[in-house]
Amino acid sequence: MSTPAISLKDLDISYGDTKVVRDVSFDVAEGESFALVGESGSGKSTVLKAIAGLAPDWTGEISVLGKPRGHGTDRAFSETCQLVFQAPYASLHPRKTIDTVLSEPLAIHGIGKRSEKVVEMLDAVGLDQRFRFRFPHQLSGGQRQRVAIARALMLEPKLMLLDEPTSALDVSVQAEILNLLKRLRREQGLTYLMVTHNLPVVSFMCDRMAVMNKGRIVEIAPKTALYDGSFADPYTRDLYAASGGNPDADPVVAAASESKDPA
Amino acid sequence: MTDAPLLEIEDLRVSFATPKGPVEVVKGLNLSLGREERLGIVGESGSGKSMTGRSILRLIRAPGRQAAKTLRFDGLDLMAQSSRQMRQIRGARISMIMQDPKFSLNPVMTIGHQIAEALQVHEKLPRRDLQARVIEMLNSVRINDPERVAKMYPHEVSGGMGQRVMIAMMLIPRPQLLIADEPTSALDVSVQAQVLDLIEELVTGNGMGLILISHDLNLVARYCDRILVMNGGEVVEACAAKDLHKASHPYTRGLLAAQPRMQETRDELPVLDRSGGAGT
Repeated sequence: MSTPAISLKDLDISYGDTKVVRDVSFDVAEGESFALVGESGSGKSTVLKAIAGLAPDWTGEISVLGKPRGHGTDRAFSETCQLVFQAPYASLHPRKTIDTVLSEPLAIHGIGKRSEKVVEMLDAVGLDQRFRFRFPHQLSGGQRQRVAIARALMLEPKLMLLDEPTSALDVSVQAEILNLLKRLRREQGLTYLMVTHNLPVVSFMCDRMAVMNKGRIVEIAPKTALYDGSFADPYTRDLYAASGGNPDADPVVAAASESKDPA
Repeated sequence: MTDAPLLEIEDLRVSFATPKGPVEVVKGLNLSLGREERLGIVGESGSGKSMTGRSILRLIRAPGRQAAKTLRFDGLDLMAQSSRQMRQIRGARISMIMQDPKFSLNPVMTIGHQIAEALQVHEKLPRRDLQARVIEMLNSVRINDPERVAKMYPHEVSGGMGQRVMIAMMLIPRPQLLIADEPTSALDVSVQAQVLDLIEELVTGNGMGLILISHDLNLVARYCDRILVMNGGEVVEACAAKDLHKASHPYTRGLLAAQPRMQETRDELPVLDRSGGAGT
């Protein structure tokens, strides 16, 4: 096996005196799509923040693409790894046009040909060029999330950290964003580490998942475990049941939904 | 059901005036809800489902306008009520749970005070009884240690707990109809199930009617008896919840198909064709 894209070893993260994540270890291979699942407060977003350098108070080891990671944010690191946040309403600057938002990472890193790159990226995320000089409030939730994804991709990172990228969106818009993320991963050979509490999304997007509860990883399972609910840990089984289980495992319903899929 | 339905709506229209003329966001909706019936309204953002919910309480503000041939609640013509009379009905007889507890609770009032206020507006009670009812209500929404929680402020509780406080507040005057507008979309799956189970239990236990508004088809199918699917201000499909997977309208099929499944085998999710209007 080559060097993993992300490797966490015995990671403990605290906010002040409170330890919120304990003893987290896992590897994400290059090109893999890995999910962190759990309820609010389980520490899954905190793990992403620690990797991105936004939660600097940690002990243990984090290495990204073979290089050990420092505690703060760092400019070179942001070229390989980018974070996409949950709420597209809060993560875009309200007084900056889409063009400014997308050019900013290039300006910071002193990269030229900004205009061409912005045009290219708008195409890649499926946004029409007419959106380029608009402000975030003139865009819908799905469009804003596309902008947020485009901004993360401007520096051509290898690794994307996705913090609940679709939980603020409608089902139908969610489908579009998930398709987009899947296509981008295929085209650009990206590695995803995705935080979500939606198990069906994991089934669509990811290869493996780690289930977190109260700051610890209780189980690492392949996505096939979602098909029949074959989880080892009782907490995971509860979570699975709360998500409604797998209705397709019921042959009658499965047959009905198979035959009715629109062409 | 032999007696008259709890809620009857015929030809409900909600429109907003724009420089280009009025835009109708609800276009002639009909529905009737029986006592103790649970109805789900599903649709995307902008389909008019929340507007329908709000118009039942006559909460459409100017420049919005609402009109209906019939809007009858328990034999009462809601369209003919004055705003003062409507205030008597809101909360006491029809309650509404909004989407996000963070925005709908008053940040500078303790939880106990807010729940008590909801009751005080409609009933005159001595302070001691009021306090007892608040504690009892917090207990029934499964909040441990209600005396302590009643003294807390909204920012001190989690999202799931905040939503349970909202439910307590809405149910304390014992309404006959509860409208829940996306009550769980701000919450986690595990908490979501708890909150909905709680709503279900309180609704069926107290003989209330429920209108659950959501964009999540499967969730609505789990908690309702009947489902209306809305798109562009119109009801495109009405069916019994258990027959949802037999739905025939292309829009409903599209919504169902767009949802990832537990056992996902498709490489790409089908998306709805939006060439006709609003983009995403």
